[in-house]
Amino acid sequence: MEFFLELLVNGLLVGMMYALVALSFVLIYKATSVINFAQGELVMFGGFIAAAMLTRYDLPLAMALPVALGLMISFGFMLERGMLRPLIGRPVIAIIMATVGLASVLRGLAPMIWGAATKDVPLPLPVRPFILFGLFISPLNVVAAAASVVFLAGFGYFFKKTRTGIAMRAVADDQQAAMSMGINVSSIFALTWGIAGLVSAIGGVIWGNFLGVDTHLALVGLKVFPVVILGGLDSVLGAILGGLIVGAVENVSAGFIDPYVGGGTKDFIPYVLMIITLMIRPSGFFGREIIDRV
Amino acid sequence: MIYRECGVFKTSYAADMALYRAPLAKVAVAAVAVFCVVVVPLGSNDHLLSLANLVGIAVVGAIGLNILTGFTGQISIGHGAFMAVGGYTAAILSARYGMPFWVGLIAGGALAAVVGTFFGIPSLRIKGLYLAIATLAAQFIIEWAINHITWISGGVQSTIYVPKPSLGGVLLNSERKKYYMILVVAALSYVFAMNLVRSRVGRAFMAIRDRDVAAEIIGVDIFAYKLLAFAISSFYAGVAGALFTYYLEIANYEQFTITVSVQYLAMIIIGGLGSVLGSVFGAIFITLLPIVLRWVVEGAWGLFAPPTSAMLDVLANLRLIVFGGLVIFFLILEPDGLYRLWRHVKDYFRVWPFAY
Repeated sequence: MEFFLELLVNGLLVGMMYALVALSFVLIYKATSVINFAQGELVMFGGFIAAAMLTRYDLPLAMALPVALGLMISFGFMLERGMLRPLIGRPVIAIIMATVGLASVLRGLAPMIWGAATKDVPLPLPVRPFILFGLFISPLNVVAAAASVVFLAGFGYFFKKTRTGIAMRAVADDQQAAMSMGINVSSIFALTWGIAGLVSAIGGVIWGNFLGVDTHLALVGLKVFPVVILGGLDSVLGAILGGLIVGAVENVSAGFIDPYVGGGTKDFIPYVLMIITLMIRPSGFFGREIIDRV
Repeated sequence: MIYRECGVFKTSYAADMALYRAPLAKVAVAAVAVFCVVVVPLGSNDHLLSLANLVGIAVVGAIGLNILTGFTGQISIGHGAFMAVGGYTAAILSARYGMPFWVGLIAGGALAAVVGTFFGIPSLRIKGLYLAIATLAAQFIIEWAINHITWISGGVQSTIYVPKPSLGGVLLNSERKKYYMILVVAALSYVFAMNLVRSRVGRAFMAIRDRDVAAEIIGVDIFAYKLLAFAISSFYAGVAGALFTYYLEIANYEQFTITVSVQYLAMIIIGGLGSVLGSVFGAIFITLLPIVLRWVVEGAWGLFAPPTSAMLDVLANLRLIVFGGLVIFFLILEPDGLYRLWRHVKDYFRVWPFAY
């Protein structure tokens, strides 16, 4: 029982870290209907930039973090202008493949600029786990969970209360109608990618600290799909819930199944969960149902 | 193929739908056939032949994916995994049960078709990006199954060694003999696909691609045809995987990872979605790209310094960048791919030199 509980809690905490990555994905999908297959690579790129700022240029954390975030935000803007703007109105496969191509470019570009060796993202956090109710909990996980909660609350406020946030929801709902209401759709798109860059950079810092920064960091992105499908592609709250479920289920099942099959359960169970979700309820927990019209 | 339509008048629908729409087309096809059957195998060394063989295998896989994605509009990111199903089926049949290679080829295709159809079932309810994600799951689940079920993978490193294929007592042990094996399969795949897309089934596929709800209203059984598209496409993938396994004489899951799935998608996008000939162009392009790139980088590097391991690192990264960059480039600037470029060339020469 205690074994189970420990797996569960750690799974939930890792799940919050998944949720952080999934947030950026959901944000892009929600506002621009672009499905971003390069999410993991964006996180990796953010991690590379943060690692370079901290270890190569020896900036203090208080300076390195804003610089990295700023760079990733402008990178998000650039992507939107250069790559996604020309693809507006094109079929789904074109957009999916463009982000797949982007993923490939980023995976080649990052080690070319900063070298392929694994880098640290040193954060001033105690490495030693602390013990809460008899469970080992790592401080990093707590920071990640806190970051996710802050973003969740922030986005909740942003989408419900601010003018820009409401404009974003309008664009997500119907681009043409939003345009005729005087919303500048193209600047909303650019803003969305900027925010996505920001969230990816935070994800890169946290995941980079957790796993170390190299091209394998991009594999985090593959876990995003089960998370967002489970939670609903366009729901911020769904991303958090999906993250928690995927984190918990994969950790618990890995703990119990791995000894029998020799590992790898974590790469596999989330996708089974996802296929089941897709067959029963494709829109996930909080996603909007799609209604077809001729 | 290159031919001119001057003076060719069609008087029936059958003539309009024919594969060879002008008398000259037969000559052109014959020329291509002579080129593939005689010139390529006799005029090239083992290195060039091995490239031709890889291209041939890729052609089979790319045509299969194009039938599903280009003609039916169902995105699949699990093509590599369906190839793996075919590859491992063939390997197990040949290595453990001593089956001849053509049995392995067909059985590999058939089992891949079954698995592909199963993963196509969600396509009834979900489409577009949801389907893409579902097939992504297929990729990971199949990969996991191959790696972790010892009966399939044969234990250590998921590798099965396959005996050399033989046909009618002839052991296919050289690049040249394997070239003919692959050429025959690729040619059959091409002809079947060309005929498929101008048949009732092919038109149903295109109707589903263009507007599935509308297709259903005019009486196309969407579910059956979607599953059929998945089955045919996966059959192609399975055959390609089996062919690859016999060619390499080894079955290894690393030949069938998600990178491979993405490469096949790139082939049909760069070649041209919804074009059989485009799949061939794309297969040639993507297969030869790393080789040409290596050649260029080695040449450029050689001007300044002797090749080192640093060059190989640069090359590996550059390959990813160029690959991704080309995909984006084609998507933005030439969405119909190389096939469209080919059409431009053809249209130019159609009335040449009297362009008025």
